[in-house]
Amino acid sequence: MLQIDCPFCGPRAEIEFRCGGEAHIARPLKPEDASDETWRDYLFQRKSPKGVHFERWVHSHGCGRWFNAARDTVTDRFLAIYPMGEKAPSIEELKARLPDVGSPRHAYAENRVAPERVEGERP
Amino acid sequence: MSQSCRTPEGGRVDRAKPIRFTFDGKSYQGCVGDTLASALLANGVHLVGRSFKYHRPRGIVAAGSEEPNALVQVEMGGGRSDPNTRATVVELFDGLNAESQNRNPSLERDVGAVNDALSPLFPAGFYYKTFKWPASAWHKVYEPRIREAAGLGKAPTEGDPDRYLHRHVHCEVLVVGAGPAGLAAALAAGRSGARVILVDENPELGGSLLMESGTLGRVEPGNLAFARRAAADLAAMPEVRVLTRTTLTGYYDYNYLTALERVTDHLPPGSGPDLPRQRLWRIRARRVVIATGAIERPLVFVGNDRPGVMLASAGRAYLNRWGVLPGRDVLVFTNNDSAYAAAIDLARAGAKVTLADVRPHAGALASEAEAAGVALRPRTVVVDTDGRLRVQRAYLSEIDGEGRIVGALGQPLPCDCLLMSGGWNPNVSLHSQARGLLVFDDSLAAFVPGEAPQPNVSVGACNGDLSFKGALEGGAEAGRLAAGAEAKPGEAFGANEPEAAPLLPLWLVPSDREGLRAKAFVDFQNDVTAKDLGVALTEGLRSIEHIKRFTTTGMGTDQGKTSNVNALAIVAAKLNTSVPAVGTTTFRQPYVPATFGAMVGHSKGPLFDVVRKTPIHDWAEAEGAVFEDVGTWKRAWYFPKAGEDMHAAVRRECKAVRETCGLFDASTLGKIDVQGPDARAFLNRIYTNAWMKLPVGQCRYGLMLRDDGMVMDDGVTACLKDDRFHMTTTTGGAPRVLAWLEEWLQTEWPDLKVYCTSVTEEWATMALNGPNAREVLAPLVEGIDMDADAFPHMHWRSGKVAGVPARIFRISFTGETGFEVNVPAGYGRHVWGAIWASGQKHGIVAYGTETMHVLRAEKGYVIVGQDTDGTVTPHDLGMSWIVKKQGDFVGRRGLERPDLKRDDRKQLVGLLTEDPDLVLDEGAQIVADPSEPVPMTMIGHVTSSYDSPDLGRSFALALVAGGKTRKGQTLHVPQLDGSVAAVSVVDPVFLDPEGKRLHG
Repeated sequence: MLQIDCPFCGPRAEIEFRCGGEAHIARPLKPEDASDETWRDYLFQRKSPKGVHFERWVHSHGCGRWFNAARDTVTDRFLAIYPMGEKAPSIEELKARLPDVGSPRHAYAENRVAPERVEGERP
Repeated sequence: MSQSCRTPEGGRVDRAKPIRFTFDGKSYQGCVGDTLASALLANGVHLVGRSFKYHRPRGIVAAGSEEPNALVQVEMGGGRSDPNTRATVVELFDGLNAESQNRNPSLERDVGAVNDALSPLFPAGFYYKTFKWPASAWHKVYEPRIREAAGLGKAPTEGDPDRYLHRHVHCEVLVVGAGPAGLAAALAAGRSGARVILVDENPELGGSLLMESGTLGRVEPGNLAFARRAAADLAAMPEVRVLTRTTLTGYYDYNYLTALERVTDHLPPGSGPDLPRQRLWRIRARRVVIATGAIERPLVFVGNDRPGVMLASAGRAYLNRWGVLPGRDVLVFTNNDSAYAAAIDLARAGAKVTLADVRPHAGALASEAEAAGVALRPRTVVVDTDGRLRVQRAYLSEIDGEGRIVGALGQPLPCDCLLMSGGWNPNVSLHSQARGLLVFDDSLAAFVPGEAPQPNVSVGACNGDLSFKGALEGGAEAGRLAAGAEAKPGEAFGANEPEAAPLLPLWLVPSDREGLRAKAFVDFQNDVTAKDLGVALTEGLRSIEHIKRFTTTGMGTDQGKTSNVNALAIVAAKLNTSVPAVGTTTFRQPYVPATFGAMVGHSKGPLFDVVRKTPIHDWAEAEGAVFEDVGTWKRAWYFPKAGEDMHAAVRRECKAVRETCGLFDASTLGKIDVQGPDARAFLNRIYTNAWMKLPVGQCRYGLMLRDDGMVMDDGVTACLKDDRFHMTTTTGGAPRVLAWLEEWLQTEWPDLKVYCTSVTEEWATMALNGPNAREVLAPLVEGIDMDADAFPHMHWRSGKVAGVPARIFRISFTGETGFEVNVPAGYGRHVWGAIWASGQKHGIVAYGTETMHVLRAEKGYVIVGQDTDGTVTPHDLGMSWIVKKQGDFVGRRGLERPDLKRDDRKQLVGLLTEDPDLVLDEGAQIVADPSEPVPMTMIGHVTSSYDSPDLGRSFALALVAGGKTRKGQTLHVPQLDGSVAAVSVVDPVFLDPEGKRLHG
């Protein structure tokens, strides 16, 4: 079971969360003007990468808040956790955070990437 | 014969405390500290089981949880019966009763043994090819026979009476295994002050130290003294938790692990009434130190499965830990140094020992062995064995440097115990479960841990370091680092041990034996021989995963703990490639068989799932209601009177609602309080219809779509204030709708100022429906003008009912005049009682969900989730009237997709059967031409179907392709009973299409 760092509550077990699928899917601002192809892509077309995947999570059995995360689909490591509405971090930067499993110190490394804490009132 | 093979002294058993136990109905004596296996061996019993396929006599192979053969059924009384329990881990208690498995009538005389003689009929994969004709015979003849003949223990037939618990814990350092490496790691981590959990499957700490006499290596100041001191030190550390009799069963993501603690399995039944039988620990560890040791490999030679043939380390463990001499004429057969210790210890204990070593020269232990009286036979292999129920003789041949037999063939040597050692497999199971990679180590001829993607480290023998010194020092360093402390230069551990000479891999011992008898077993539990692996290759299989499944090697309760590497190496040799090129099969959780009880814990019976009950539940129960499950709710389904079946009760309830009035518990409906300056704008985007102008005091029905245009939920929403709304949802959809609203607010429209709060359980909701509803309710109401004109349909009012603050919604799901009375849940039972009393003179009935379903269907009101299935649009339901023309809403653009505008989509229609008494099966398919050849064109399905007392006949709702244009057509519906019903397509509103009753 994954451990996920809720930016509002801290690290919690995966069963408290629900994954909302790929992040940064923009709903066309003027749906009535969107072509069938645009609307199809918005509704159905999703990435399934081997490597860094940007996805939405909600702490449904906790604070109920949505946030974004970058997860390495090979190792299931979370590489970044950041607020809704914020731009995705660059994949190169995230790849640099992938655990260096070859290093002898890795066995004693931190098990998690601390998220960017979200302060203050909800929007 | 009482414990004839027990040594006079030595070992960890208490000879002063003899205890009785029963095996196959025969009574024996053992000692406190014994396992079932050690106690049987102490009584000279080697024959403990019959093999899976060939029913060959089998004995005890190992001394730990890796045991493949010695599986027994432990009977504990009171419905407690554990099949396939390894005798090597069953701790003996007074009165223990165990039975052998897979034999008929007895272990000594087993009719199934004919399979062994017929074995040419049963090569690997025989069942894929043999039992194919005739096809019908499989279920009736072949499968039952095979299940009877091949098998393990018997599943218990009664419910499990025992309790099982779960514990959830966190720690900084989890140490798995309390051998020298694990103890050193736990001590080092514990001294740093970290929260440490140490688990070990044995009843006491020490691991391999418990069987170490000092022949291989002695930890200063003595093995047992070290283990005891470590146990005492750990017990004194407040942040250290030591769990014995606890097997680490699963290693999952993010250092989440499960450990199974056997709390009272070692006690006679009933001796720990306040304790659970087992406890499943669910551990989240910051770091994990794996110190799970190594498992000895058998050698694969002809006749290696007779009772009395066991692993050399097991023979040594039985002697040193349990004070049992496993044989008096012992042959040790090895390709490495470690078995010399077994030979030396057994010789010193009085056994006559011969040691056959495939190598030309042994290491430093050779001279010590000779000094102990061991007869050494270098470059010698066992080519066959004899003995029906226990090994009596081995046949030895010399080999040359290429591993070929030279000289005289098969010289017989009498023996009653044959100890074998093919080297050691580091126990990499947990490392691998944690997605760690494996690397083949040529000097060990075994896999060792490679890269570990999770924060864990393997130390000691499980990391390929078989020395005591390495285990102690590596363990201490890992413990310190895992606790976050700095590494200190080597803590002083004295461990004297001889230098080991290299092992010589000999994966398949050569033999001149051929034919039936020449069975060299690779996997004892599944009766897989070296030949079977060859059969798999001949069949063209190459992937080790395929070979495993074809031959079943490495499967079963032991999951190939002793057999896997031998199988890989034999396959590699036959394919002329290397072991790592063949690869490994996947290591899966759990590490050892685990009870379902432990996995389930408390989540069974009434605690299996949440049960939600309304404030009216007890009343309904007292009235004899039959309940149905709707989501997690218990809802009153119907209220049968004496002598009534469901059909009669529903007819009576339906009639009463249409003719006078009925009371319905609608408390389970989802209720969401939506408030904020933008609440109105939000509803306008979430629902398909317009909400900007709904005045305070009014209600509106709304349909919610997904953004692809499909109906997802519906309900009535009331405007409480200009910025506050009371939304209702379907019973089952309530959590989903709240999550849906939150998702849009948080992720798409964060600019909207709206709060949504579930208030489902705050309100008791009572729906009073029927022509007399007003007469029943009005006398109880204060502060509301109940006149039909002053309080029209689709309005709500606030006042008091039966003296309690209430909101009354004038809405209806039956088509009758309806009032939904909402009061704070705590008053629900009181107000229900008041309405019930007031209704008596009007002949009020209480009705359940079935009647509600019939009444709403007569009106053509859909139930989302029954008449829709996620592929249905408002237009398909004939509800285009609720889709506004102006402005965006969720689902609007979706509805414009070409596929959703097709005329031949499945659309909601009514169906009337030709036979008015026939109630169609819900879910039945609909066809236009019943004589069309199969496969027929299915054009729709029945979604709702009932008998209606008001219509005086049956009726149904259905989704039919192009249904709107089919009105008046005759279609056909095949029924479950094989008949085909003719139906005519009609409008889905069967009653009061003008809605006059609503406004009465």
